[in-house]
Amino acid sequence: MIKHLRSAADLDAATATLILDTAGEMAALAGREVKKLPTLRGRTVVNLFYEDSTRTRISFEAAAKRLSADVINFSAKGSSVSKGESLKDTALTLQAMGADAVVIRHPASGAPHRLAAWVDGSVVNAGDGTHEHPTQALLDAYTMRSRLGRLEGLKVAIVGDVLHSRVARSNVLLLTTLGAQVTLVGPPTLIPIDIAAALSPATKVSYDLDSVLPDMDVVMMLRVQTERMQDSYFPSAREYSRRYGLDLARMRKLPGHAIVMHPGPMNRGMEIAPEVADSSRSTIVEQVANGVSARMAVLYLLLGGKA
Amino acid sequence: MTSYLLRGVSVVGAEPADLLIRDGSIAAGPAEGAEVIDATGLVALPGLVDLHTHLREPGREDAETVETGSRAAALGGYTAVFAMANTSPVADTAGVVEQVWRLGREAGLVDVQPIGAVTVGLAGKQLAELGAMATSAAGVRIFSDDGHCVADPRLMRRALEYVKAFDGIIAQHAEEPRLTEGAQMHEGEVSTRLGLTGWPAVAEEAIIARDVLLAEHVGSRLHICHVSTAGSVEVLRQAKARGVRVTAEVTPHHLLLTDELAASYDPVFKVNPPLRTAADVRALREALVEGVIDIVATDHAPHAVEDKECEWAYARPGMVGLETALPVVLSVLGERWDLIAERMSRTPARIAGLTGHGTDLAVGDPANLTLVDPSARRVVDPSELASRSRNTPYAGTTLPGRIVATFLRGKPTVLDGKAVK
Repeated sequence: MIKHLRSAADLDAATATLILDTAGEMAALAGREVKKLPTLRGRTVVNLFYEDSTRTRISFEAAAKRLSADVINFSAKGSSVSKGESLKDTALTLQAMGADAVVIRHPASGAPHRLAAWVDGSVVNAGDGTHEHPTQALLDAYTMRSRLGRLEGLKVAIVGDVLHSRVARSNVLLLTTLGAQVTLVGPPTLIPIDIAAALSPATKVSYDLDSVLPDMDVVMMLRVQTERMQDSYFPSAREYSRRYGLDLARMRKLPGHAIVMHPGPMNRGMEIAPEVADSSRSTIVEQVANGVSARMAVLYLLLGGKA
Repeated sequence: MTSYLLRGVSVVGAEPADLLIRDGSIAAGPAEGAEVIDATGLVALPGLVDLHTHLREPGREDAETVETGSRAAALGGYTAVFAMANTSPVADTAGVVEQVWRLGREAGLVDVQPIGAVTVGLAGKQLAELGAMATSAAGVRIFSDDGHCVADPRLMRRALEYVKAFDGIIAQHAEEPRLTEGAQMHEGEVSTRLGLTGWPAVAEEAIIARDVLLAEHVGSRLHICHVSTAGSVEVLRQAKARGVRVTAEVTPHHLLLTDELAASYDPVFKVNPPLRTAADVRALREALVEGVIDIVATDHAPHAVEDKECEWAYARPGMVGLETALPVVLSVLGERWDLIAERMSRTPARIAGLTGHGTDLAVGDPANLTLVDPSARRVVDPSELASRSRNTPYAGTTLPGRIVATFLRGKPTVLDGKAVK
């Protein structure tokens, strides 16, 4: 098993599949009355969050607790970090406290790579800057596999601000590893011209959402920050929504079995219409539930639990 | 003053001969009383001249001082370095440039020649008192806002024109600021993969293209700092073919390293302009051999540990380079001694109008020279650097060549590979 999960590229097909299978076993646990395994008793998992992200932190916290680990939540706000402590010094502090795993969310791309150089324990990337968010990709893949029965050969459109999206990067890497065919869709300003060369040569790019939809098994809408407007990535929220938002009319272009995903938090009415988000095709709530199972699987396997 | 006889030295790659240093100059005639240095197998080069050094004093003496930087320079074979103006306070007045100049003379290890800021506080709004710096004791001839681009085209035009009165030259840090907001590394496949904001090649090329046209329009001299892209080379090639009075430098690190190194997220590889692609490296090497790029300049940029031991995006850009420049260039160009002397000593001295450096080491020339052992190999160990900072990208790398001795006006600053003071 790998030691750290810093990038979805750390996972080969066998390891990724093992994590998804383990996540399935963890999900079965959620149906039981006692939702707890003793596996990580006596181990310490630190959630080191430099960005506010209640949903991701709670998901990791629930995952660690269901495995009986001791959980320490360390948020940058109101801590030594806000007094100017460096990442290295924070890392050494956590190291001295005997952290077996550090789950890190950080606004700077690559922070988990730096952290891994300073701690002995496992490092799990819970989202770094505009780089990656590998556990999101794992829970997304898990959700696709449970809904559609497979990943091999699936056609997946990822729509929106690919340039700034850590979710998109991790998904392209992981889905490609697992045999899915990814098409990235969005305005050319938000899709790096060399994205396929950078991540996976099989990745397709389209600037026309309507032409892509009829062929897709999965369409994943990315959150688009309206601030991008100020930077002229697109003229207005309205125009963005008109060209790249998923509304009911567009959803009808999808094949009958296709699902709609969103990593959350959503901008309802911007990249996704409320009727679409709340439709039976939408897996948005399932994704949250699957997030706990996927993160349990990651912690379990990284910390040497036996599958 | 001690005389030295360098026995069996190859002057710039020529057949071995004896070279006598007496009274600060290269001398002829009897060598009685001279201290003999066995220079068998060693090559003498005119002392290297660096048009682009950050000595950090005043302001960041924890990262480097004029003295520690001078020592690093001497150990790297340099006899003159040009100190960039982005200190604190900024070297934008006669007072600050004279202070730096005086500190350099006091250290006495290399000739420290201050570069003056083009604009007040490097703010790009208003010309600094360029004339006052030119007529100060420091005798400033090169002006640069390095670290910042003189982005305002009208201000750049004025600066180019104004310095003609005292044969000055503007050294431009070519970086279109709006195209590089938040930029962290070369924009390309690697930046896309790593999720780091890209610094597109066009941001450099567009400014160089604009400035060669401006220099042509007003008939001024222009120098381009740290050229880093193949596209810039093409712009320069065309401008030179038209007769524009433009010169350009390339750093050792842009001749050797690529953007792939950012994949470690170790900020020791973060530099501005950023490391580019292998294709850019190839084009820069060819341009240096051809002369489209005139010189090698180090952009020696010392940084304190805490400014590098952090997240990539929060780290300061820059690498130390004085002590590894010649070995890197040797590894890139091979033992083409005349070319090395041209690109690292004679041409930079000529661009700067610096007399007494970059000579042919003929009888009567000031004895500013360095002795290189080309057969030696060295593994770069950051802890052994004389610079106060440790941010070398070459840690653990084996590089050819060792500086055995350096002489400044006939006085050794380095002997047996060690600084004399």
